[in-house]
Amino acid sequence: MPSSMTLAEKIIAAHCGRDSVRPGELVNVRVDFVMSNDVTAPLAIQEFRKLGVDHVFDPQRVAFIPSHFIPNKDIQSAENAKVMRQFALSQGAVYYEQGRAGVDHVLLPDHGWVLPGDVVVGADSHTCTYGALGCFATGMGSTDIACAMATGDIWMRVPPTIKFIYHGKLSRWVGGKDVILYTIGDVGVDGALYCAMEFQGEALSGLGMEGRFTMSNMAIEAGGKAGLMAPDDVTLEYVRQRAKRDWTVYQPDADAEYQAVHEYDVSQLEPMVSLPSSPANAVPLSKAPRVEIDQVFIGSCTNGRLADLRLAAEVMRGRKVHDNVRCIVVPASTDVYLDALREGLLEVFAEAGCAVATTTCGPCLGGYMGVLAEGERCVSTSNRNFPGRMGHVRSEVYLANPAVAAASAIAGRLAGPEEVMR
Amino acid sequence: MTLHGHVHKYGANVDTDAIIPARYLNINDPLELAKHCMEDIDPEFAARVRPGDVIVATTNFGCGSSREHAPLCIKASGVSCIIAKSFARIFYRNAINIGLPILECNDAVDGTDAGDELEVDLESGAIRNLTKGTTFQAKPYPPFMLELMRAGGLVRYTKGRLASRAK
Repeated sequence: MPSSMTLAEKIIAAHCGRDSVRPGELVNVRVDFVMSNDVTAPLAIQEFRKLGVDHVFDPQRVAFIPSHFIPNKDIQSAENAKVMRQFALSQGAVYYEQGRAGVDHVLLPDHGWVLPGDVVVGADSHTCTYGALGCFATGMGSTDIACAMATGDIWMRVPPTIKFIYHGKLSRWVGGKDVILYTIGDVGVDGALYCAMEFQGEALSGLGMEGRFTMSNMAIEAGGKAGLMAPDDVTLEYVRQRAKRDWTVYQPDADAEYQAVHEYDVSQLEPMVSLPSSPANAVPLSKAPRVEIDQVFIGSCTNGRLADLRLAAEVMRGRKVHDNVRCIVVPASTDVYLDALREGLLEVFAEAGCAVATTTCGPCLGGYMGVLAEGERCVSTSNRNFPGRMGHVRSEVYLANPAVAAASAIAGRLAGPEEVMR
Repeated sequence: MTLHGHVHKYGANVDTDAIIPARYLNINDPLELAKHCMEDIDPEFAARVRPGDVIVATTNFGCGSSREHAPLCIKASGVSCIIAKSFARIFYRNAINIGLPILECNDAVDGTDAGDELEVDLESGAIRNLTKGTTFQAKPYPPFMLELMRAGGLVRYTKGRLASRAK
């Protein structure tokens, strides 16, 4: 009789041919999907070539996504993109060219490549985003990914699971971003180190897939190995429209053992802001200093989806970005871009005086398209605000949800939607 | 294998943007990356570090991105090993995979200051602080990690697996 398991343990057990696994065990797991991007793929390809094999284990389960420094920002980035493109095409692997691609972690679920019940490994720390689908998805380095591309499996330690239960319904202007910033503020940037985070509760049921992806996306910011949510009707509705192959729904056992359980009543939760320079410096917006700002970035694998842009546009419609502020809006994929275009959202942003750009991860990591100068402050819908994350080491990043970011762009200082929509 | 060098000491949550900022991620040459290692939190590091030196830090070293450029540039800078109270898990895997030894040892971190001279025996996990005349014992590696390291890293280990699978 297999023992009771958490969601992460069930998925891992199913991928190593076992009835059950326990936290701490080292196991070799079969992987359903492997991804890398233009920053991490060149190193992975270099290591892959040392392995003595010619082909990836299954070209329809290996993806290369141009996302970070695209459209190519300089010659070196262009060379990296070229290495990845040539390898991907020669392997017949999953590949989306610039102009059809998107931020990797928005594109892959939206195109049905990653699915409930999967084990997914990616050469990008925000691979944990896909956990919102009820899969075990985790980030690794290029060498790990090179080996997984060749063998279709990978070693991992079965993580203990920490359960997070969210009670109550979220208020207006409060979404997945605020819930996860609040959580990271509570447990700290290593509060879930080496652990799987399992999110559940009434508040999540009301979030669409987009808000759920936002939460799982930031599991890594608490040190988590994965951030999982058991599939429900919302998940399955999303998956049915896109799935490229069959999937399996796993649910955690009611009597599974968790390393810890955190319960929160989020019905009174305000929009949250993580002050510089740690995602764990989370405070309610009402307690955040109303600092003047130089830039706003709306986009990224955390908050660059259609629902995010709708929220930002709702705040911006008919208003103008403050004279002292640059507001950069980056729809996170070509699909999001097209939808936002058709809905008139891009027009709202452009009318308001935003710089609306083609899809890229660029600004989030200080790559390009929105790099900060010394002393500048940015309100960003992305996931990290370490010193120097978006540019000069003495620039500051305030993490917030898209409505707060849009309101701040209009106010010229950190502000909430209700302060500018009067 | 015995390592020997002086300590560069850091605090908690040294993130991958601090180890190697993203503005250099279009560089793949480890020696080129090493010129910018720790640049944003310790601008003198690249000029100060000597072959064999040891980075000592408190908790969650290497948090943030999955960039393998982080352990690669530390290794290429000449650092022989990192001792911390804990490591972020992706950094931990990356370091082992590329052959940069890392050790977890609370006492050694607390009992070591910047500039101290250390001698580290990787097989036994013994850490000797030659400046202070003290000795510490790091957590032993799980057997599988030792197997990986003895094979010369994950690529060589996997190459061996693939070759035996093909037979």
